[in-house]
Amino acid sequence: MKSFSNTYIFIFSSVMVIVVAAVLSVAAITLQPFQKRNVEINKKQNILASLNIESTAKNAEEMYNKYITESYVVSSNGVVIDGVNAFNIDMKKELAKPLTERNLPIYVGSIDNQTKQYIIPVYGKGLWGPIWGYVSLKEDLSTIFGTNFAHKGETPGLGAEIETKWFQLEFVDKQIFNESGKFVSVSVVKGGTADKESKHEVDGISGGTITSVGVDQMLKDCLSSYEPYFKNIKK
Amino acid sequence: MSSEKEPLFSSKNIKLLTEPLGNSNPITVQVLGICSALAVTVKMKPAFVMALSVMVVLAVSNVVISFLRSSIPPRIRIIVQLVVVAAMVILVDQILKAFVYDISKQLSVFVGLIITNCIIMGRLEAFAMGNKPWVSFLDGIGNSAGYGIILIIVAFFRELLGSGTVWGYQVVPEGFYKFGYQNNGLMILPPMALIVVGIIIWVQRARNKKLIESK
Repeated sequence: MKSFSNTYIFIFSSVMVIVVAAVLSVAAITLQPFQKRNVEINKKQNILASLNIESTAKNAEEMYNKYITESYVVSSNGVVIDGVNAFNIDMKKELAKPLTERNLPIYVGSIDNQTKQYIIPVYGKGLWGPIWGYVSLKEDLSTIFGTNFAHKGETPGLGAEIETKWFQLEFVDKQIFNESGKFVSVSVVKGGTADKESKHEVDGISGGTITSVGVDQMLKDCLSSYEPYFKNIKK
Repeated sequence: MSSEKEPLFSSKNIKLLTEPLGNSNPITVQVLGICSALAVTVKMKPAFVMALSVMVVLAVSNVVISFLRSSIPPRIRIIVQLVVVAAMVILVDQILKAFVYDISKQLSVFVGLIITNCIIMGRLEAFAMGNKPWVSFLDGIGNSAGYGIILIIVAFFRELLGSGTVWGYQVVPEGFYKFGYQNNGLMILPPMALIVVGIIIWVQRARNKKLIESK
């Protein structure tokens, strides 16, 4: 085998690193617009899904413009903040801030041009990584119209079931405020033990306990911070 | 190096393509790349995209390494191989994210983990470091096809029995479900992939006794 001097090895590795870095940065920059668009379309699909509207990657834009009428940002004391684009807000970053500094996005949709639905983004922790989703509320701001949850890497067949229709449909018509107007959220309880009469309980996933608890916690944390805003609208 | 020119598809070269499909299959005979075979074979589409990604990465890396083989200092050859593979994997990942976002979401971390797929480093070290670019290319295509074909076979059975679909299309008639047929949830979980791979190995060795290790 040929032997190589140390200088050669240094030069070889430096050139290699520079070439590879250049190729990768060019690729990253040229592909970035496409990737960004995909992420946006996916987000729009998720928002639409919380209104129980199925969309494909192709028609998501059009459907989104049709059904989502406005979006804005409110503060934790219930005041609308101007000049912030709700769509570009990263929930992970917002939740890392103290409550009083958070920008809380709201999307307003209408599936029939008469009623209004308020869509709240939620973000929390599952067993293996983040879980997130959108919850849409009816005009009374208490009854759930629809939900959509997604996850990064929950266990297939167990925690990953939060992505499926049966789990998401459980929340429909549940209420996040009780009769006396107190915020109680919707609890995700042990699979099969939810009180069918209760407006505030749904079945969790058997075998996916930590993910179920994660959804429960996520709803409590995220929905509760909108309480002041809901009170302002209702007045 | 032989001075006479060999035809591009000589019988020796064809063998490079076909051997890994059967008697020296990377998964069933060499038992490499098992982790990803377990992870991405729930549905056929992601399995196919994964196989294709591995093919691109392995073929291109093999050719690049083969071109550089006499200028790579042996002392840092593993690092050089790793850099080439990693760069290819990142490129593939970026392209998937840009053009087939849905599938790239399903494959999630496993595209990135192609870097750690033993088949790739194995072929670079064992073949591309000592052979010319064209044969290295064939070797890369052959081995990744051998990997891919197992992936697709496993995914076919897992998708059919686990979700009742093939390539996303429903094939188990609705009527079956009325009579109490149920999709087997266990097929969706990784252990069943291992068992399916095991069955393939069994069938292959039952048909070709040469593959059975002597005691």
